Amino acid sequence: MHQTFDAALEINLLHANQQGADHNRSHFDEWGITCLNVMSSPGAGKTALLERTLAELNHELRMAVIEGDMTTELDADRLRQYNVPVIAINTGRSCHLDARMVAGGIHQFAHQYNPSDFDLVFVENVGNLVCPAKFEVGEHAKVALLSVTEGEDKPLKYPVMFQEADCLLITKLDLAPYLDVKLDRIVENVRQMNSHVTIIPVSAKTGEGLSQWFDWIRSSLSHYTMQNLPISASMSLGG
Amino acid sequence: MHETDMTKALILTVKDWWESQPDRPTISHVYLTVGQFTCVEPASLQFSFEVQTRQTFLDGAKLVIQETPLIAFCHHCQQEYHPEIGIHYACPTCQSPMDDIRSGRELKIDRLEYTSQPPIPLP
Repeated sequence: MHQTFDAALEINLLHANQQGADHNRSHFDEWGITCLNVMSSPGAGKTALLERTLAELNHELRMAVIEGDMTTELDADRLRQYNVPVIAINTGRSCHLDARMVAGGIHQFAHQYNPSDFDLVFVENVGNLVCPAKFEVGEHAKVALLSVTEGEDKPLKYPVMFQEADCLLITKLDLAPYLDVKLDRIVENVRQMNSHVTIIPVSAKTGEGLSQWFDWIRSSLSHYTMQNLPISASMSLGG
Repeated sequence: MHETDMTKALILTVKDWWESQPDRPTISHVYLTVGQFTCVEPASLQFSFEVQTRQTFLDGAKLVIQETPLIAFCHHCQQEYHPEIGIHYACPTCQSPMDDIRSGRELKIDRLEYTSQPPIPLP
């Protein structure tokens, strides 16, 4: 005879992913690394932005990239030219990185390098304005990109991404004069749902706005890095 | 279609619970709350769940989804309002940003219904 029971779970649907993300973050904290999750639609300029960032901050910060891509290593190869560790992760059919995939990347990174030597890890997420916003990977802050060519209405259409962002870079600013796009309108649309986000218009091509972006990185480093945390000897990779 | 991955995440979470049960019971219903201010489409989730649970420990289990509306609270006006997704998120009265979301972000497994063999009484 069978009896019917009820179990109240009351837990987040993404609980398992969240646990993985927390685990990843604890590694970064232990190593004194700040992790930034860089997200946008395909073609908004994440890789170009990282190229400029790696090139110009290389003498100041020790950086690495965990590079998510559905199929190729094209972006990873672009970033490898800057002499920083780039760990490529192919997501296959998945349209975002999740905590488990990034854990694999962290494992590789820790195997090949001494992570305590690093200050900053960028996770370049798969190009997508929807899913990456919901799957935490262990980042300390979320950086969203929106290029001027995508139009003013994208924050309204994809609100979750813009609501979750800690920093929003409005990219390809050099193209703005050729388009019927109003930056004020983009900012206004984002502010409707996120009054705290730092908004920085930039052009990776001309360099406009990049110094503000670098300042934001510096401030996030001092904000999130917990160098003085006791190192837990029992902490293990994977999991 | 990211509901496929959401479903994977859901199954993993339920599996954790199931594996923690000594008798590995048969789960008949999974009750979810899904907010309108998430990127999850309930119909797609249903479809993914049906496909992905075949021949697993959740085979035959039903997914019951309750949707919650997007409701925000405006501290300036001291009142709740319903932002119009895709159109307008700020307070319709004073245009303050949508800073305090009271409902609509839920992605929660509320409860599970399962059948189990009652323990055999000791002689």
